Amino acid sequence: MTDAQGPQAGSLLSVEGLTKLFGSFAACNAIDLSVAPGEIHALLGENGAGKSTLVKMLFGVLQPSAGEIVWMGKPVTVTSPGEARRLGIGMVFQHFSLFEALTVAENIALSLDPKIPLAKIADEAATLSRAYGLPLDPNSHVADLSVGERQRIEIVRALLQNPKLIILDEPTSVLTPQEADKLFETLFKLKAEGRSVLYISHRLEEVQRICDRATVLRHGKVTGACDPRTETPASLARMMVGSDVASVEREAEPSLGEVLVDVKALSVAARTPFAVPLSNLDLQVRAGEVLAIAGVAGNGQGELFDAISGEYPVTDDQSIRLRGRPVGRMGINGRRLLGAGFVPEERHGHAAVSDMSLSDNLLLSRNQSDRKAFLTGGMSGVIRHGVIRQATQRICAAMDVRKSGEDPAAGSLSGGNLQKFIIGRELDRQPSVLVVNQPTWGVDAGAARRIRQALIDLARAGSAVIVISQDLDEIFEVATNIAVISEGRLSRPYPAGELSLEKIGLLMGGVHDSSSHAEGAHAH
Amino acid sequence: MRIELERRASASSLFALVSPILALVLTLLAGAIMFLMLGKDPGHALYSFFIEPLLEVWSLHELAIKAAPLILIAVGLSVCYRSNNWNIGAEGQFTMGAICGSMLPILVPQWQSPLVLPLMLVMGAIGGALFAGIPALLKTRFNTNEILVSLMLVYIAQLFLDWLVRGPWRDPKGFNFPQSVSFSADAVLPELLESGRAHWAIVFALVAAVAVWFMMRYMLKGFQVTVLGSSERAGRFAGFSSRRMVWFSLMLSGACAGLAGISEVSGSIGHLQPSISPGYGFTAIIVAFLGRLNPLGIIASGFVLALTYLGGEAAQLSIGVSDKVTRVFQGLLLFFVLSCDTLILYRIRLIFSDGRASAEARSPHA
Repeated sequence: MTDAQGPQAGSLLSVEGLTKLFGSFAACNAIDLSVAPGEIHALLGENGAGKSTLVKMLFGVLQPSAGEIVWMGKPVTVTSPGEARRLGIGMVFQHFSLFEALTVAENIALSLDPKIPLAKIADEAATLSRAYGLPLDPNSHVADLSVGERQRIEIVRALLQNPKLIILDEPTSVLTPQEADKLFETLFKLKAEGRSVLYISHRLEEVQRICDRATVLRHGKVTGACDPRTETPASLARMMVGSDVASVEREAEPSLGEVLVDVKALSVAARTPFAVPLSNLDLQVRAGEVLAIAGVAGNGQGELFDAISGEYPVTDDQSIRLRGRPVGRMGINGRRLLGAGFVPEERHGHAAVSDMSLSDNLLLSRNQSDRKAFLTGGMSGVIRHGVIRQATQRICAAMDVRKSGEDPAAGSLSGGNLQKFIIGRELDRQPSVLVVNQPTWGVDAGAARRIRQALIDLARAGSAVIVISQDLDEIFEVATNIAVISEGRLSRPYPAGELSLEKIGLLMGGVHDSSSHAEGAHAH
Repeated sequence: MRIELERRASASSLFALVSPILALVLTLLAGAIMFLMLGKDPGHALYSFFIEPLLEVWSLHELAIKAAPLILIAVGLSVCYRSNNWNIGAEGQFTMGAICGSMLPILVPQWQSPLVLPLMLVMGAIGGALFAGIPALLKTRFNTNEILVSLMLVYIAQLFLDWLVRGPWRDPKGFNFPQSVSFSADAVLPELLESGRAHWAIVFALVAAVAVWFMMRYMLKGFQVTVLGSSERAGRFAGFSSRRMVWFSLMLSGACAGLAGISEVSGSIGHLQPSISPGYGFTAIIVAFLGRLNPLGIIASGFVLALTYLGGEAAQLSIGVSDKVTRVFQGLLLFFVLSCDTLILYRIRLIFSDGRASAEARSPHA
């Protein structure tokens, strides 16, 4: 075995004909890829395109069914993540692999040499996280951290190991623009040191901005390799989804009706010692309006969703009104009966039960609101499976949910398709109020566009929509008005057209202008 | 070479059926090895353990008598376990049900009426349910662990029964034996058939199994159980209360165990005594898992475990081994059931040290 064997002799990593079969399904089908030393290489593709499977094989989490991985000119078998790290490959997963009961430092220690003392690791992690603008307390427990903070741990953990190649899976999805800029500086620094980066993202602008080369995957196959800087976002998207991605359509001047959601002076104490308390929140959403709530993860978005949805009712009945009715102490199903629909952030184990069928998951959110249709009357509550299955098919057809089999388990769908189903489940009821937390987190471009369009269409038909999101592109795409949440406090709403990226970034960073509450009062 | 467990794309329905059978076969194999090491002829030992009890009418009746409490308790436990509440104290609820149900024939023996028996059964179920309500209360109020609380309550119930039959409830004409008075004819659960001792408990067990199966499969309540058992957060999103589910599942399983307890005392024993169960409440845990937590599967597994009790008794006589063999078989069975269940979600792969060799070995399969 000599290093002249591979066709890309000068590359740090090259992959030939790499294939991974799950049963008869080829998640990756004869993938070729090469990463040169000191380049930032983008891996583009929709959800379910095989990106995650590919990088899991590179990182030793999965074993390839066929094909060859050549690392620094030598064919290697990466048997485990430990082996990958030893070779010099670091990885930041999209779905975090952290132990919730352990602290940040302990989680990092698990992937390092056991002989290094914990205090030293905590020190290094703190230093490194400061240097890269990813503030992190090494002694806090993972269970108490938000999604965004958990990702920071993963990034710091990978950087600590001083890798030759670092694989980043959707790293910026939970960062503010300013934080993302800092991360890019970090990546450029790594690149200048001669390290390579394999960068997975849906964000085409980002890829164009920082990547030297791009490999595009679709349905487990390579559909293109290019220099992203010479492409347009539209041409990249075309390679990715196989057809032109239209941007969403919206009216310039939507006509707004009566106030459907009215939150006044909502304060919620922190339920756990590490939750974010909400203080004196005001918001109003009118029929026909999409109110987007921007903010960095862990600033009270989850708590706000819990309060508005009624998953955790609040003490003051008057502080939340739906269609004029005070509902603060009402549970989630009471609010649904008033015409509200809810979509939480986490798909698995919150919005849906992964190992239950889609039709069972339909019953999950609509067991009371559609009681007459889905259950036979009386105390018995016998489920009418046939009716529910029909409704499931209707929703899947309406939202173009791609699935295997008639009524598969929710967990077998890709993230984008499951999210389309979860949103479609609520839209099917024609809710007069819809509250969505992170509607397109980890969802591919095609599904995201469809979901955003559905939200806009719902508002246009006369409903009030609240979208809580960290994705600023999404916010500007759908919002009529934008408010920013930071440390449990909400800014006044700004019309989407009046808010610049810079201003929103400042608000997200917790810079409240002192007159905001007074102005907000006038605006109502 | 190494062995790797690879997650299946979806749960294998083939192995969901094959796994309990495979577990039974492995248990028999391990049992044969054990008998061999004890110096017994394994063929003969297994025959007298598992086949002989099935050949006579009277022992089939005994089988039904032993299967009834196992099935009844396990059906209740299956609801508990599906909802992610771990009631380990069915033995205690069984005992408390027996005590509460026996109050009528022991404290007011002079009351003779056809109402006595139904009232006893209801009181037995209520007694078991209330006793299971203790871990429910402590869990919902103080966030205690129901596994520990329900388990410790077993010993309280057993010692309470012991104290009753040696003290206040002892039969004054019973020659100082620790026994209550014998139940009057109105308080005895009648036999089903002329041919043997089997009584109505087995009917209660079968009815309960079918009813719970229907609830779990077709009713919103069963759906709540499954959702809250898989994810409490999703249950909250659906508007289901996990607190109320703790109460419901524990009290339902307590009621089943209590009914089993009073049926056993009334139908098989006829009075209270210090020991009224050969560990039905614990064995029912194995029954529940061997039956895949499915009430219909539990009917089958209840009979299998009942056979291990009968076989243990038979083996003492015919091959002269300790009746502890019963416990060994039950333990082996639980061990193999839980390990074989892995095959439902995972497949076993042999990975040879050279990655490409195994890739070639696998590709024709795909």
